[in-house]
Amino acid sequence: MEMPKPNPGVMSRKAMLLERLRSVLPDDAIIHEEVETRAYECDALTAYKCPPMLVVLPSSTQEVSDVLRICQEEGVPVVPRGSGTSLAGGALPTADCVILGVARMNEVLETDYDNRFIRVQSGRTNLSVTGAVEEEDFFFAPDPSSQLACAIAGNIAMNSGGAHCLKYGVTTNNLLGVTMVLMDGTVIELGGAHLDAGGLDLLGVICGSEGQLGVVTEATLRILRKPEGARPVLMGFDDNAVAGECVSDIIKSGILPVAIEFMDRLCIEACENFAHAGYPNCEALLIVEVEGSEAEIESQLEKIIEIAKRHNPVELRESQSAEESAKIWLGRKSAFGAMGQINDYMCLDGTIPVSELPMVLRRIGELSKEFGLPVGNVFHAGDGNMHPLILFDANKPGDLEKCEAFGAEILKLCVDAGGCLTGEHGVGIEKRDLMTYQYSPEDLEAQMAVKDVFDPAWLLNPAKVFPLPVSESRRAARVAAQ
Amino acid sequence: MKPETEAEFAELVAGLTEPVRVQGGGTRGISGPETALVTTGLTGVTLYEPGALTLVARAGTPLAEVEAALDAEGQRLAFEPMDHRGLLGTGGEPTMGGVVAANVSGPRRVQAGACRDFALGVRFVDGRGQVLKNGGRVMKNVTGYDLVKLMVGSWGTLGVLTEVSLKVLPKAETSETISVQVPDTGAAIRALSAGLGSPYEVTGAAYDPESGRALLRIEGFEDSVAYRADRLSSLVGAFGEASREGPAPELWTAIRDVEVFHDRQGDVWRISVKPSDAPEVAARAEADGLLFDWGGGLIWVLVPEGTDLRARLGDFSGHATLVRASKATFEALGRLQPEPAAVSALSKGLRQKFDPRGIFNPGLMG
Repeated sequence: MEMPKPNPGVMSRKAMLLERLRSVLPDDAIIHEEVETRAYECDALTAYKCPPMLVVLPSSTQEVSDVLRICQEEGVPVVPRGSGTSLAGGALPTADCVILGVARMNEVLETDYDNRFIRVQSGRTNLSVTGAVEEEDFFFAPDPSSQLACAIAGNIAMNSGGAHCLKYGVTTNNLLGVTMVLMDGTVIELGGAHLDAGGLDLLGVICGSEGQLGVVTEATLRILRKPEGARPVLMGFDDNAVAGECVSDIIKSGILPVAIEFMDRLCIEACENFAHAGYPNCEALLIVEVEGSEAEIESQLEKIIEIAKRHNPVELRESQSAEESAKIWLGRKSAFGAMGQINDYMCLDGTIPVSELPMVLRRIGELSKEFGLPVGNVFHAGDGNMHPLILFDANKPGDLEKCEAFGAEILKLCVDAGGCLTGEHGVGIEKRDLMTYQYSPEDLEAQMAVKDVFDPAWLLNPAKVFPLPVSESRRAARVAAQ
Repeated sequence: MKPETEAEFAELVAGLTEPVRVQGGGTRGISGPETALVTTGLTGVTLYEPGALTLVARAGTPLAEVEAALDAEGQRLAFEPMDHRGLLGTGGEPTMGGVVAANVSGPRRVQAGACRDFALGVRFVDGRGQVLKNGGRVMKNVTGYDLVKLMVGSWGTLGVLTEVSLKVLPKAETSETISVQVPDTGAAIRALSAGLGSPYEVTGAAYDPESGRALLRIEGFEDSVAYRADRLSSLVGAFGEASREGPAPELWTAIRDVEVFHDRQGDVWRISVKPSDAPEVAARAEADGLLFDWGGGLIWVLVPEGTDLRARLGDFSGHATLVRASKATFEALGRLQPEPAAVSALSKGLRQKFDPRGIFNPGLMG
């Protein structure tokens, strides 16, 4: 994956930049020794690494503002970083950049149960947002698999989803407001504890902009009252297509389960070996979870089981205890780790219309044979967000390239099927060069025009989202201006 | 001007030499340039997959047609778009594109989300006459910037929508409305907050001060609704005498469309606030009439014609939008809450990018 050549002019001014940053940040908030900046050389897309020039860890909105203003004045690119869990390379540095990490800003600023929101600093982790309100039986709905580690800042940047967004939506549907710093240091407030924008919905544009429009320092998040209970049911089928039909029939029946998760044989076996959840031996597994009071759960599961029976499942099992439910979910949430025990893997994230599921799975199987690389499928079936995991050997020359080529074919397949390149991980560098497959030059120009407005010098995370040749003239203009 | 294809729209816009009023069914009370660019020639549901909860319609498709198609499959637009005709005295047929362009929602917004939360994709013609698309027809999509959110609620100022793609949801099997007789606004908002903060999935939470009744709605399968109605009744019974109204869809239509103001003179405003601020903000309005929705987060206000409500409200967290007034009042006070300078500069910058000649609904959003 190509990255732009670092700007030698910027790197030659490292000492001066360091001095200016020291005037606005405490010493321990700046990392400049090469041996230490290496800790920030990559995110969770570990195939790509590059230590940044400097790392700053500000503790307040004011400090973020000072850092950005100085970097803008000095023409230095800034790569914002939450917890570095991006699977798309969203926080991958360049050698001439400053990494701006928000990890030290992790306070809860306000909790308001009457109005059902929490205001936090953006470095707070996803799970600890729920942790701050669960004593009162509330929770923050988006639940990416990395929720133990990932930061709200990154959730906002990537518009993260999770297993339960069929019912609760993704980050953008649960974000009420932000405090954000623009590249020139200007601090703005968008939204708040009230609903909807008074003018253009800029908050909606910020969410999912991959750290290219501003640095979010504080967020107002919608919190919800926990349901009285929840319970999953496991269903095994001996055919992927039948499992797909079952998903469609459940949705059409008027029940809205809180989650419908799908795994194919390779994933089922890997997860079972890892979590011992008692997954059946079959081609396709569905985990369907419903919520409510005990009686409501019973009645919904009864309807769902009735539908499933029409599709001749090889296994149909309601969880009998909280412990069993936890195991069922542990298996699913450990899918990536379990697959990682088999080999290196690349995780994809395309979304397809649910109706295209059988066709897409069949075609992925054919491609797997063509490329000679195994692929496991685990995904959010209710909303069509797929996560094919391609297994490869990073130590085998040529395997990574083969894997990337295979991945690109799968993502194109998703677009051809009426879907998109990425459902919740973001474009980052990983899917950057495929953007022209989904969008016309004019469509991409319209998106880049938005960045022109928020960050005219193209200094914030500049080498992400858009194919390098497409964004080149804008990035070159910045270098020329120095 | 009423083109019948997207390509015709693009050609027509590229050739425009003067500003136009972008219009769907014309029911939302927008004034502007004499010449209207109307989308009602561009109609039809182009894709509907009940099993994927997705519907795609051309912008000029009558809302009624979309709702009928959904109804036939036991589904609906969960954000419950308001019908403005009664309140504004307008005619015409609401269109799907108009609903999206104005981000029109209703009582269920408080729980399910707004129109913006259900918009999956858009196609539109920008001010240069280019056909652009963003988003798509799948529920989870973070491929590039979310210009769908930018277009929803942009009132045609960034481009003319030609097609919209929406997430839809199953219709509820049944519903129940619980009314609570409360002594004042403060108690009403507290009762609604208690309901919305409960695990019983309240999908409507409104208060009509004239009747002194706070209303809470729950929806779902029959046995589930019965159970939750019991629990919710006893919970909100602490704030006043609670009684069952049955499904009472007419009560929610009346709230959605602000029927209490239909036959009354005066200007109408809508204020979005933090619900617990609602009693104080409403008191400052010195209103002739009030209606609270979204648990208090939305206040409909009736004031004498020409009243500068924003001056009465002073500083508050949220925004006040003028919805019904004379042309002169709209011109004097502006439809939308003024934005802070830095935010306004961003909005203006975006309008300049998408409509560089300023030909779409000039002045409507600042």
